[in-house]
Amino acid sequence: MATSVLVAATTLAVKEKDFNPLLPKVSEIIVGLVAFALLYFILSKAVFPKFEQAHQARTDAIEGGIQRAEAAQAEANAALEQYKAQLAEARAEAARIRDEAREQGKAIVDELTAEARETAARISARGEEQLAAERQQVVTQLRSEIGRLAVELAERVVGESLADEERQRRVVDRFLADLEQSQGSAS
Amino acid sequence: MSSLLAAASRVGAHVAVVPSAAGDTTEKTGFKSPGPNDFDFPGLFSHDGWFTKPILIVILMTIVIAAFYLATSRDVKIVPGKLQFAGESLYGFIRNDVALDAIGHEGLRFAPFLATLFSFIALNNLAGFVPVLQIPSTSHIGFPLVLAIISWVVFLYLGIRKAGPVKYFKDMMFPPGIPWPVYILLAPIEFFSTVIVRPITLMLRLTFNMFAGHLVLLLFVSGGVYLVKDYGGIGYVVGPLSLVFGVVISLFEGFIQLLQAYVFTLLTALYIGGALADEH
Repeated sequence: MATSVLVAATTLAVKEKDFNPLLPKVSEIIVGLVAFALLYFILSKAVFPKFEQAHQARTDAIEGGIQRAEAAQAEANAALEQYKAQLAEARAEAARIRDEAREQGKAIVDELTAEARETAARISARGEEQLAAERQQVVTQLRSEIGRLAVELAERVVGESLADEERQRRVVDRFLADLEQSQGSAS
Repeated sequence: MSSLLAAASRVGAHVAVVPSAAGDTTEKTGFKSPGPNDFDFPGLFSHDGWFTKPILIVILMTIVIAAFYLATSRDVKIVPGKLQFAGESLYGFIRNDVALDAIGHEGLRFAPFLATLFSFIALNNLAGFVPVLQIPSTSHIGFPLVLAIISWVVFLYLGIRKAGPVKYFKDMMFPPGIPWPVYILLAPIEFFSTVIVRPITLMLRLTFNMFAGHLVLLLFVSGGVYLVKDYGGIGYVVGPLSLVFGVVISLFEGFIQLLQAYVFTLLTALYIGGALADEH
């Protein structure tokens, strides 16, 4: 009985010295706390901000590239629009100039035609005048010539009887008046 | 492989020593199965000193993490080199898949905290995988306790700062749209689950996943060694099989170690997200 109690006591004593996995050691708590705090301090101050920076820079680089491409695209579009507008403007101006030139040409032609017509009229009028004057001259010349010739002829035919100058002229005038009269009735 | 051998030799020594020292209940050649006492490490300098192996591992891993991140961020460029890419990927994984997904756009503020948390837990878990160290320091409850308390303080502080202490606890314990008698039952449960259960489960889940995983590994290795060395007969067949299975288990443990770090971090992120959410 006594020995069994002794054995129980010794086993109890051994059990008390056994390692209890549920009992934390103070030294482990302190070391764990300090180690973790130090580690967190070092990493959150010296390491992770750098990683975040790199990540941010990488994101910026990618997004910046996309933005630059978009800007270039917009610029190209603007340039294209401008070019198209300029082209349209140039076309309109060309059309306007062509129209103007056509109008101007037409005006010049009209002017020249009118001028030519006027000149032609003037020339023809002068010609007519000259013609009339020459005709008059010829008629006058012919009258005296025909008279002389007719008298000469009549002298020859009739002889001296008609030598009287006064008479001669009267006869001729009468003759010519008859002639003109017959001519006028005939025409 | 070398880690396994080292583990085997350590456990082997333990097994060889224990029967003669405390061999009153077991036979002299009997098998002493690994237990919680295998997690009890003496001080490295003096037997009862505070500077034990798990503490050494925590300090070592803290230095390794800091050195890794400082090296990867020494010369940060827009187009990263291999080293920078490694650090940035690890941070980016926590930042995008945990912080931003679980918390929302406000999560960016907590990305450094969560990334530190994940790195710290993951590396301390993976210490179980490293030769010579070969124990997850997180299997000692002191470290998960610290991390769970930090997580607890952070999400409680954020929730109270955002909504004010009265509204925060009112929203937590009396969610709208429920008939009032239900609150008699619901209010204490909600309070208990949010304020008390959350940190405790964070702590216990991490601690005992690591604890149990290491224990299973020890069992297969020490059992294999015992079978080959002392059992004889069929032991020469089953022993190596046990050791091979130990290798498989240790690979599986590596996966669990990373997974538990992720779970701890994700839950903390979800608690923070819940504290910052507008409606409960």
